[in-house]
Amino acid sequence: MRAVTWQGPNKVTVENVPDPTLLNQHDAIIKVRLTSICGSDLHLYDGFVPSMLPGDIIGHEFMGEVVAIGKSVRKLKIGDRVVVSSIIGCGKCWFCEQALWSLCDNSNPNNGLEAMYGYTTSGIFGYSHLFGGYAGSHAEYIRVPFADQVAFVVPENLSDEQTLFVSDAFPTGYQAALFCDIHPGDTVAVWGAGAVGLFAMRSAYMLGAEKVIAIDRFPERLEHARVNGHAVATLDYTETDVIDALKELTGGRGPDSCIDAVGMEAHAGGLPGMYDKVKQSMRVETDRPHVLRQAIQACRKGGTFSIIGVYAGLVDKLNMGAAFNKGLTFRMGQMHGPSLIPDLLGRVERGEIDPSFAITHRMSLEQASEGYETFKHKNEQCLRVVFQP
Amino acid sequence: MINEFNGTSSNSSPVNVGPDERTISLVAGVVLILLGLAKRNLWSLPAIALGTKMLYRGATGHSPIYSLLKLNTAVSTHPEAVSVPHQQGVHVVKAITIQRSIEDLYQYWRNLENLPHIMGHLESVKVIDVQRSHWVAKAPAGLSVEWDAEIVNDIPNEVIAWRSVENAQIANAGSVRFKPAPNNRGVEVKVTLEYVPPAGNIGVAIAKLFGEEPAQQTADGLRRFKQVMEVGEVTTIEGQSSGRK
Ligand SMILES: NC(=O)c1ccc[n+]([C@@H]2O[C@H](COP(=O)([O-])OP(=O)(O)OC[C@H]3O[C@@H](n4cnc5c(N)ncnc54)[C@H](O)[C@@H]3O)[C@@H](O)[C@H]2O)c1
Ligand SMILES: [Zn+2]
Ligand SMILES: [Zn+2]
Repeated sequence: MRAVTWQGPNKVTVENVPDPTLLNQHDAIIKVRLTSICGSDLHLYDGFVPSMLPGDIIGHEFMGEVVAIGKSVRKLKIGDRVVVSSIIGCGKCWFCEQALWSLCDNSNPNNGLEAMYGYTTSGIFGYSHLFGGYAGSHAEYIRVPFADQVAFVVPENLSDEQTLFVSDAFPTGYQAALFCDIHPGDTVAVWGAGAVGLFAMRSAYMLGAEKVIAIDRFPERLEHARVNGHAVATLDYTETDVIDALKELTGGRGPDSCIDAVGMEAHAGGLPGMYDKVKQSMRVETDRPHVLRQAIQACRKGGTFSIIGVYAGLVDKLNMGAAFNKGLTFRMGQMHGPSLIPDLLGRVERGEIDPSFAITHRMSLEQASEGYETFKHKNEQCLRVVFQP
Repeated sequence: MINEFNGTSSNSSPVNVGPDERTISLVAGVVLILLGLAKRNLWSLPAIALGTKMLYRGATGHSPIYSLLKLNTAVSTHPEAVSVPHQQGVHVVKAITIQRSIEDLYQYWRNLENLPHIMGHLESVKVIDVQRSHWVAKAPAGLSVEWDAEIVNDIPNEVIAWRSVENAQIANAGSVRFKPAPNNRGVEVKVTLEYVPPAGNIGVAIAKLFGEEPAQQTADGLRRFKQVMEVGEVTTIEGQSSGRK
């Protein structure tokens, strides 16, 4: 089959590779119908996630059709159209039982994270060997372990495009909003108007937020925030003092919750930007924490900071004193897909949201390299590139 | 503070930064110092400090943060693998919590012939009688190490302990204990292993082959035990497709 492989920073190629086979009894093989490039893939593409090997098949946001099942698969049948959680959980360990699927004890065959984080977390499709080394979805076929737990049959009346983002970006944004523990009257500020941030905005309203404020720098993304995220105000952080503006927009109180939907490659100008960029490129600091710094400062006293943008390692110069003395609550982590997806499919089916708004570019797998470049630089007003293998 | 490396570490600073990065470090260090000197605000001091560190890093090839994260770009291997220093014998204790009845866990382990399925370094275990068994462990280059072992303690659902019989090529002993975790959080399984390699060069060689990473091996074995008991199979990516030839 054809598959997109990581070859090194800023280099992906499309290769002929063997078709995947069932390796375990709980596996299924899925014929990929749609798969997208996610902001998380950029961290791989840019070379900031360790333990990638040249030749690794990448991609983790996908939906498709079941073409083979292992002998212990009970729920799925050949021919089912399914959307698959990007993070993999076994469904049996204590963490999965607590709905903390991305902390699954059993789905990551590699124990390397123990040295970096103290404990190993779940496997993720196409997301480096530390996260399990699973072959990803930018391919014609993909092997899905624990298939009954992570693949969900798509209602017949929903299109492929409507359900693709229920694999990753929508549950991620939804979990960011859940973390906020939203109360009536709450204002939620969201950094990053990529697909994840936009779904976080809509989810915040679903969970009862009064108003959402979006922060980004690309005009077309801020426009998406107004139109598709229903943000009542948008801030261009390159032109506005974000902390002042947020105060002003909230009667001086500050946002009740702040969501970081940007992560470790946050962009910033000036000397702080240069400082972190050099540190990160030299691996003295692994992550660039501009959004962390700004949100800690901006959040109202006693508020919640929800971090869903991905961080991988060490950050520098965080104002812990501000976080501590303001009594902030921090919530963070990879999303717990399987516990969210059934509810989110229901919301799409009931017409509460049509996630397909996030698709701006459709390409074939052969155009992977062009797709990655376009998405990385946000050229042509790109919000999400979708491959149809 | 982790990042405030002040260049005074005289203890151990092995080279863990590759040559390209060292050159870039030097250049970036100079640029940052100049920028820091040019601007005068909250960021100039940290920028100068960082610039100084980059110079240090470029000059010495050592990144303290890499050591902290156990990453090394100077040799192209995986980020794990810090060998246990070879001393007189090896002592390993590892624990894991498993969601399965204590009876099932005990039963699986009591049939010693199951162990090669979860312990990667074991080739086979043959039960000879209630007490005795014959063990074969894998070693690199197609070699193997064999010994006979006997069970010395067996309390159902609590503990199994074994040790090699006299004159084994490599003297070793082990035990596994099972204990309910609080509030139905599963069963705590604790494994203790000890190897005492024979004296002399051959002993050293065998010990090396036998257990280069005994702690890691045991931890991995317990993870596989948990996988088998909780989900019924060993989690794997072995045999999957990739673009590597
Ligand atoms: N936790 C999870 O399970 C999970 C799952 C999927 C994605 N993610 C993460 O979510 C983040 C966003 O993903 P995406 O697909 O929307 O990516 P994206 O690249 O499309 O969007 C990121 C947005 O952040 C904006 N941005 C950059 N610096 C900023 C700053 N300083 N202030 C405000 N905005 C800034 C960019 O302009 C861009 O619009 C990524 O870090 C990704 O890794 C996490
Ligand atoms: Zn993603
Ligand atoms: Zn699990």
